[in-house]
Amino acid sequence: MEFITQPWAWYVAGPVIAFVMFLLYYFGERFGVSSNLETFCSIGGAGKFVDYFKIDWRENTWNLIFIAGAIAGGFISAYWLSPSDVVALNPQTVQDLADIGIIDAGATYLPDEIFSVDTMLSLKGFFILLIAGIMVGFGARWAGGCTSGHAIVGLSNLEIPSLISVVGFFIGGLIMTWVILPLIF
Amino acid sequence: MKYIKFFLVGILFGIVMSKAEIISWYRIYEMFKFQSFHMYGIIGSAVFLGMISMFFFKKKLVKTFQGEEIVVEPKKSGIYRNLLGGVLFGLGWALAGACPGPMFVLVGKGVVSILVVIFGATLGAFLYGFSKDKIPH
Repeated sequence: MEFITQPWAWYVAGPVIAFVMFLLYYFGERFGVSSNLETFCSIGGAGKFVDYFKIDWRENTWNLIFIAGAIAGGFISAYWLSPSDVVALNPQTVQDLADIGIIDAGATYLPDEIFSVDTMLSLKGFFILLIAGIMVGFGARWAGGCTSGHAIVGLSNLEIPSLISVVGFFIGGLIMTWVILPLIF
Repeated sequence: MKYIKFFLVGILFGIVMSKAEIISWYRIYEMFKFQSFHMYGIIGSAVFLGMISMFFFKKKLVKTFQGEEIVVEPKKSGIYRNLLGGVLFGLGWALAGACPGPMFVLVGKGVVSILVVIFGATLGAFLYGFSKDKIPH
């Protein structure tokens, strides 16, 4: 049991993710999480305003069920498989975060400075969460995929569009981490 | 009943995202700071094994459980689409510390504030659909 409850190493996680991808194709579907965001729009009636969302979303039911399972997996993991919430970060990372105003990095999975309910209820905190989401959603659909569709499936399939997208992910991520985050907090 | 297998695969996905700390904001920050091998090892080993899967799919050595050929649809190409969309996604990924998969796993962990991010991401997808004819691809 200790094998399960301790944090999983990269060489366990990578193969499990590859196995998840394999199973989704084996079951006749594909691996891509961000297309669910479009399905949400279609279910919410966005097809009335924009033709792009006039799709028969029932064809994507399997993917909605998949993310429902992901939610369940997060619950199972948090309540039964994780005795500790501590993330063993590089001490340099902890120091760098303290320098930009995020304290106790790694004490839990997420920084209170972004994710606590108090932060969410502040004007600045709410907009940080909202804008981060908008960039992820808009960017993923513009690029035609997110980390699952491009970085895992696309790179595995040796797709040039995915390589370009992943380079884009890193350009954006590096700008945010090195330039913008220090200005926000 | 045909959907139950997707629910089970989703559970496995949720557990691995949690247990390997991929849903941790800090792990994403650490990755973009090049201060840990963790995330690179995960993505690299997943892609390596993914390539082997794709080889078996293409050679038709593995078919679906119903015996059908597995075809992996090619991604849409376009330098503006891939690069600019990718950069915007990356900005959001590093700020939220979560890409779409982990966002849902965090709901299961009981993180209320991630619902604002998911709402934003859905709004972002809507705004893309709304403006897609006016932006470069």
